Amino acid sequence: MLIEFQNVSKWFPHSTGRQLLRTHIARWFGRVHNEPFYALRNVSFRLQDGESLAIVGSNGAGKSTLLSLAAGLTPPDEGKVVVNGRIAALLELGSGFHPDLTGAENLVLNASLLGLSKRRTNELFDRIVEFSGIGEFIDDPLRTYSSGMIMRLAFSVAIQCEPDILLIDEVLAVGDASFQEKSREALVSFRRAGKAMLFVSHSPTAVQGMCDRAVWIDHGSVMMFGSVNEVLDAYQGRTVLQQGQ
Amino acid sequence: MDSQTFGSDYLVWNGDYIFLIRNLVEKDFKVRYRNMSLGVLWSLLNPLIMMGLLTFIFTKIFAQPSDRNFPLSVLCALVPLNFFTLAWVNGASSILENATLIKRVPVPRQVFPVASVLSNCLHLLIQIVLLLTIILVFGRGVNIHWLWLPLLWGLEILFVMGLALAFSALNVYVRDTRYVIESTNIVLFWLVPVFYSFALIPVRFRGIYQINPVAALVLMMRNVLLEGHAPLGSTLIRLAIVSVAMFGTGLFVFSKLKNGFYARL
Repeated sequence: MLIEFQNVSKWFPHSTGRQLLRTHIARWFGRVHNEPFYALRNVSFRLQDGESLAIVGSNGAGKSTLLSLAAGLTPPDEGKVVVNGRIAALLELGSGFHPDLTGAENLVLNASLLGLSKRRTNELFDRIVEFSGIGEFIDDPLRTYSSGMIMRLAFSVAIQCEPDILLIDEVLAVGDASFQEKSREALVSFRRAGKAMLFVSHSPTAVQGMCDRAVWIDHGSVMMFGSVNEVLDAYQGRTVLQQGQ
Repeated sequence: MDSQTFGSDYLVWNGDYIFLIRNLVEKDFKVRYRNMSLGVLWSLLNPLIMMGLLTFIFTKIFAQPSDRNFPLSVLCALVPLNFFTLAWVNGASSILENATLIKRVPVPRQVFPVASVLSNCLHLLIQIVLLLTIILVFGRGVNIHWLWLPLLWGLEILFVMGLALAFSALNVYVRDTRYVIESTNIVLFWLVPVFYSFALIPVRFRGIYQINPVAALVLMMRNVLLEGHAPLGSTLIRLAIVSVAMFGTGLFVFSKLKNGFYARL
């Protein structure tokens, strides 16, 4: 068993937008009522070894919160999340990049953020650069890169740093057609190696070939958990129905 | 394969801390100096300008009984004070500045304030080299008590790191924290004996200075560098206790608040 959610709930206070002194003072005097907002409500599912999971649902359904909980970025307020193995999150590629550093410097920094040791980074360096296809530009500052190049570099670091579980938040449309093909192949061989992916996507066709299971979330609750085809059919049926109304 | 359960405690990251912190410090340093044509020279210019200015004002305008050591005495205070104010302000904003990383990468949050203070230590080092060079050229030269200096600076770094940890976490909850720090730093400039000597302070006010770790440090640096004797034992012990306590408090406050970062960033 690789990932298990047991009755997990997560809520956020409503007024988290502005962390100012007056907000806190107003709260002490009871002027602001904090009804918690449930991002996830009583979510349970369990992935077997090497199974990949697609997470579908409309905007604001709680998909990204689920991914953050699996990545250990924030603790659940109720229930338990169990994860076996090292996780690399591909949430928003390039979060750790700085435009004034060179591609190579950003590569090393990103690898260390993902938990790689100095030795391992040096060993993987050439392979990451080669996979990214950045070539001789690797020693230029990142601000001279196109957005496609930045995405390619970030994806290459994450996929080459050998995580056990990969969390992906809508990022597969990276780079040109040939790089997309290459990253697709990398993900397929990643799966063949018995490793798992958690895959958030709005586009059902993108996840169909990549995942075994799917969970459909709506307003923080699980609508359906099952094989990827069943769940996607039901989800799409529901979407079409809503559009017809 | 190690199993992780995220209940109340979460975020297990089995990476290489030293490698990560080194990379973060290097990033800070490179980013700052690549955008300056004169590079490290600016780090040296700032305290020299302040020293010249204060020397002019307090020897020519508010002419005090002239002390040949006045410029050196000012520099002994400016170097630790500059480091303290900058490291505190930068450290306190480090969590907010790295908000995207904190929401995306399960890296231990403590590394950001720690790396921020350490990267300021590089500037401190540059300014220390400047200070010691000037002391060697114009002052009394080396004496055996210089061996105390690494300990003194080490304690200051520990103290600032504690502050940076506590305030970087508080800053996430109350964004006004930044202004509190900036105001405190202005007060500190006047409450640290930068351009006056400790002997000038009336006895009834000395208590205020004795609980101020930056003032204590300035005092002891002048003991060693200008007067050529060992720092006062009681002051040193007090500084050590305050610094270790501040560091502990910082770690404690940080660990209490860090679980709420995700929802508030």
